[in-house]
Amino acid sequence: MNWSWDVIFDNLPKLINGAWLTLELVVISGLIGVMLSLPLALMRVSKRRWVQAFPFAYIFFFRGTPLLIQIFLVYYGASQFDVIKESALWPILREPYWCAIITFALHTAAYIAELLRGAIQSIPKGELEAGKALGMSYPLMLRRIILPRAFGIMMPSYGNEVILMLKGSALASTITLLDLTGMARTVIARTYTPLEIFLAAGVIYLIISAVIIALFRFLERRFNRHQHWPNEKPKDLDAQL
Amino acid sequence: MSDAPIALEIRDLHKSYGSLEVLKGISLQARDGDVISILGSSGSGKSTFLRCINLLESPSQGTIEMAGEALRLKSGKDGALEAADQKQLERMRAGIGFVFQNFNLWPHMTIQENIIEAPIHVLKRSKDEAIARSEALLKKVGLFEKRHNYPSQLSGGQQQRVAIARTLAMDPQVLLFDEPTSALDPELVNEVLSVMRDLAAEGRTMLIVTHEMRFARDVSSQIVFLHQGRVEEIGPPEQVFGNPTSERCREFLSSHL
Repeated sequence: MNWSWDVIFDNLPKLINGAWLTLELVVISGLIGVMLSLPLALMRVSKRRWVQAFPFAYIFFFRGTPLLIQIFLVYYGASQFDVIKESALWPILREPYWCAIITFALHTAAYIAELLRGAIQSIPKGELEAGKALGMSYPLMLRRIILPRAFGIMMPSYGNEVILMLKGSALASTITLLDLTGMARTVIARTYTPLEIFLAAGVIYLIISAVIIALFRFLERRFNRHQHWPNEKPKDLDAQL
Repeated sequence: MSDAPIALEIRDLHKSYGSLEVLKGISLQARDGDVISILGSSGSGKSTFLRCINLLESPSQGTIEMAGEALRLKSGKDGALEAADQKQLERMRAGIGFVFQNFNLWPHMTIQENIIEAPIHVLKRSKDEAIARSEALLKKVGLFEKRHNYPSQLSGGQQQRVAIARTLAMDPQVLLFDEPTSALDPELVNEVLSVMRDLAAEGRTMLIVTHEMRFARDVSSQIVFLHQGRVEEIGPPEQVFGNPTSERCREFLSSHL
């Protein structure tokens, strides 16, 4: 076996460029996904059946089909419709970059909506009754109690979902994007050093994962301050335990 | 009896779960300053009755009036009544304090944040005013130094005292207590009862569902005994505890005193 450190160092700037694109895809689609997931989750917890129907079908589709198929559907499928080609959206849907972002955002929104729904439903009913009994309206409770509580509850599993999206974003390389995976493959096509370059790419993915994990640990602590007591346990609680 | 103005008037309240009728027409009148204890064995409907007053449970029939204002109700699809005017319901709920068995503090907010939340966002008071009031209330229930702690750092008795302070911060006209000491360890019961005694002594209008017989006898102006969804016995404590007319009430009291 011929191991070459040089090929890694020579191509590191390219790989880092690819890593930036990967990050961009994950962060932008993640932000859009969170925004989309909010109405989806709220519709999902509605008591009215017809309001539940749309998010149910949406989540069923996006969780039940491979992300690769979804990317292909958007990237290759959109151009099959004259309506789309003639619409104002075409300059966007023509770009692989936006196709990837749209697909990732729609995909992750389905998963986040499910996490959010589970978190909302796991808030003890009494906490909502307390709000009602104090004369709070539903929108007010949503803003002050339900969503802050739900974000705290779902934060650890949401961090997990971002990691999954980071790895899933490698599929962007299948629609010509030079993200970390796409860039690695391009470099390898020229240098024929798959071992070095794929390993280097893998290490970069690992580093990004580690940063995301640390970030979510920080967020989790902020959102769930009440579970991480800053000071020592109060004495009277010990007595009660 | 007294001729104080009527604070709360409930007429002919019914409540069913499916075909099971748990409240079979309960009427109750509370005048300003009345302390009414509601007794009864489990399943008698006492908690359900209390929760129907501010529509945490939907009654199936009946009227609810607070200080002469009737809560407007309409029939929902499953036969249960719901508020016809959500804004009116929210306004009336703001004036009816409710203290839960399980305290139901919001765990993501500090004690002080729990107390100022509704005054700021429901009553639109200024933050400074709400904080000043919360500090006064926390001193009153003896938990001022805990104001920046989270609920999980407090004992059950302390949490219930905070919950009472949170309710008082809304300056409610009537206070409803739903078994406020039932979830507490025995040694923590008295600190909560003593806060409630003070409130009764202040002349606040209170409806209390409780199993604390001695407390009920001491503070109440009236005792209501519920049995199977009906008012079985009603009267001043001396009468209900001393000489109950109903056989069931007599049995209940003899097994609980």
